[in-house]
Amino acid sequence: MIWNEAIECADRSEIEKIQLEKLKKVVAHAYENQMPYRKKMEAAGVKPEDIQTLADITKLPFVTKDDLAENYPTGMWAVDKHDIVRVHASSGTTGKPKIAGYTRNDLEMWGECVARCLAMAGADQDSVVQVAYGYGLFTGGLGAHIGAEKMGCMVIPMSSGNTQKQLMFMQDMKTNILCCTPSYALTLAEAAEHAGLKPENLHLTGGVFGAEPWTEGMRWEIEKRLGLKAHDIYGLSEIMGPGVSASCDENAGMHIQDDYFYVEVLDPDTLEPVPDGEKGELVITTIGKEGMPMIRYRTRDICYITHEPCACGRTTTRMSRVFGRTDDMLIIRGVNVFPSQVETVIARFENKLTMNYKLYVGREDNKDTFELAVELADGLAIDDIKYVEALKADIDRELRSILGIGCKIRLLNPGTLPRSEGKAKRVEDTRNL
Amino acid sequence: MFIKQVSVFLENTKGRLAEITRLLADNNVDLKAMSIAETADFGILRVIVEDPENAVAILKGKGFIASITDVVAVELNDRPGGFADVLEILAKEGINVNYVYSTIHSKKDTAMIVLKVEEPGKVIDILGANGVKLYKATEL
Repeated sequence: MIWNEAIECADRSEIEKIQLEKLKKVVAHAYENQMPYRKKMEAAGVKPEDIQTLADITKLPFVTKDDLAENYPTGMWAVDKHDIVRVHASSGTTGKPKIAGYTRNDLEMWGECVARCLAMAGADQDSVVQVAYGYGLFTGGLGAHIGAEKMGCMVIPMSSGNTQKQLMFMQDMKTNILCCTPSYALTLAEAAEHAGLKPENLHLTGGVFGAEPWTEGMRWEIEKRLGLKAHDIYGLSEIMGPGVSASCDENAGMHIQDDYFYVEVLDPDTLEPVPDGEKGELVITTIGKEGMPMIRYRTRDICYITHEPCACGRTTTRMSRVFGRTDDMLIIRGVNVFPSQVETVIARFENKLTMNYKLYVGREDNKDTFELAVELADGLAIDDIKYVEALKADIDRELRSILGIGCKIRLLNPGTLPRSEGKAKRVEDTRNL
Repeated sequence: MFIKQVSVFLENTKGRLAEITRLLADNNVDLKAMSIAETADFGILRVIVEDPENAVAILKGKGFIASITDVVAVELNDRPGGFADVLEILAKEGINVNYVYSTIHSKKDTAMIVLKVEEPGKVIDILGANGVKLYKATEL
């Protein structure tokens, strides 16, 4: 099902007309009501009336996560607090969260966007949607929730964790659409297998997975083990939350809600646009948001886009999966490696490993060395060398499948790695290149 | 007649073994038997102590991965072939031995060996039936 055919399948020229109109409006709104951005525009010598075409967007200054930190907590909000009805937050780099405020219209827009994404995963009014993203400040839970409710589904607001109960509801309420992180989907699959459940004992048909990077390999595994079609959903709390884009049955990139988000892909160094199909940093302008409009927000996420129509019938811009983030990419033996990818692998060993890890990159004999040190989970019982060697081999195999390169693995007792107050320092790169 | 052995995961870094043995000593834990299985980057320390639960609690309190494994301690005649006698009994019954090590103290003319096997209960029955003396932890 296509939730909003009039928009999602409109001619590109029609979409662009809507985008330009809304872009002008949001720039005027920011200029009038978002003082930090007005100052940036003044410094750049650009006025709202300078925006006459979509290409004119390049005249506008960027917004980064630093702007959110500098204007903490609500300096980037562009409406009176009276009009804010919801707050979400995500962790910032300096310890202070990034706090987003939503007006009633913003929530309405969010619901519309997520409903479109759920429809891509096969949901309709008769669906039973189990939301196993965390509820709270994190946008995952309430974001999926608002879309499913807007669609008229039966929503089960499970939040994350409580795996046995998740399985019980899945069976007893005949859940057909599951929303959670891909790593949690695998945890659920594992728990279901331990409980002797086969995919056909569950009623799942579609999954909407996001909030962390994952791979095609993980997709196949989830699909096979849970007996559903796995869909990608993308979003970030500064922009809105999940629902900025999602993948349809064609699995050919994620459809961006073009009437709410104008996207650019730029070379992260020169900040010049790159052609369709070429990787770069995703920059998003929210063209429909009131509470905290973001103009040319640098997401730091690396992906590519295409404007070709999709075989599903939708004509919206599609983005590839996110390959990683510009701020933490490492190049090891010529391969791009993102700590987030390593984290994804560690998360799959949740009963055996903790998320306390560190990557060591060095150089010996003109070759890069790459080592992962990770703390074992409390409560493990280890009496056997073979057990540890097998665990290391499992981790190595998963890392290779995601990163494409091998990595030396060092397992540590809990509490061995240094702890930090702010963002953990995950990488120690001692190469002097 | 199981003996509860304490197994501890250890990084193979300088001073780590000293740290752990000092920790046990500071808590008045006497080592009755010990062995280390090691690889290039980690090892597993196995010790027999009087109060294994307490030792595990102390170790876990300091962040070590520590756990209890059931093992069997047997007396051997201190003569050539004493150990082979015991192993042959087990081999005949199709029992695999995962690892062995000896205790720190032993009585005159005997040796004491700690055995880790898959089914310690069955092994106790077999060895008992064959007249092999088995020890309790307090006797070590």
